[in-house]
Amino acid sequence: MTGLWAVLLTTFLASAVEAIEMVTIVVGVGATRGWRSTLIGAASGFGVLAVVVVVAGAALSRVPIGPLRLIVGALLLTFGLQWFRKGIMRVAARGLAGIGGQDPHEAAEWTGPGMDWTAWFLAFKGVVLEGLEVAFIVVTFGAGANHLIGAAIGGVGAVIIVGGIGLALHQSVRRIPRSLLQLIVGILLTTFGTFWAIEGLGIDWPGSDAAIPGLLILYVATALTYITLERNRALGLRPAA
Amino acid sequence: MPPPFSWIVAVVRFLYEFIVGDDWTVAAAVAIGLVLSAVLNVNHLAAWWLIPVIVLVMLGVSLRRASSKKR
Repeated sequence: MTGLWAVLLTTFLASAVEAIEMVTIVVGVGATRGWRSTLIGAASGFGVLAVVVVVAGAALSRVPIGPLRLIVGALLLTFGLQWFRKGIMRVAARGLAGIGGQDPHEAAEWTGPGMDWTAWFLAFKGVVLEGLEVAFIVVTFGAGANHLIGAAIGGVGAVIIVGGIGLALHQSVRRIPRSLLQLIVGILLTTFGTFWAIEGLGIDWPGSDAAIPGLLILYVATALTYITLERNRALGLRPAA
Repeated sequence: MPPPFSWIVAVVRFLYEFIVGDDWTVAAAVAIGLVLSAVLNVNHLAAWWLIPVIVLVMLGVSLRRASSKKR
């Protein structure tokens, strides 16, 4: 019994780390681009994931995750950098205008006809990659300890609980002005993109997963520096020689 | 344009906008950075720092270019 609880708790905690990354991307993209296409993308990701898990089953642990991390990481990195740059320019130009309400200068979320494929694609990739990592954790811990059901409960439970927290927080996220939100999501996508792309190449990060907060701090400091420089440039100030 | 071709054009246009966006030099620098990181790693040299450095440098270059375009 102790073994079952140990497996359940271990898979829950390990899966929660992956689920936080998944939910951060989905909530960030949903709040910035609109929820409909984002949620359809996330649901499509879970659909693909369910098929992969059912078809591959325990053989999942032999699927090479490296190339998938590299592709998803590189795509998130190049797209995240676009939002990172636009976010810096908009926050530098408008500051935190619109906080607690809508900035009249900012465009509303996607209102075009049909699907917003950018939101769909971002949510889909985030769910598939992180969901696969949760599935690997479940299969590895579950098969190793001979408690596959316990491991599955831990993994699925982590995704449901972290997803529920994300759902509860999404209303608060909506109150953040779009320019600042675009900057925050750009920084997050660039952070995860950098981390996954390098991991996908088989390169170890110093501190393993602890490198993610390190990258986040570096990119936030970068954003603050460039916002200050952009403002000084707009005001015609030059840094002292 | 008939449907199969219009779909292909739409997908290619979407992927270009998604990956390259409005500054192709940033995407090119990331691609070169990933290749160089792989080369460093194959030669047993520390490579994790290269992409963060490219991000910092290319953001500055791209912002400066965008600012001068606006004037």
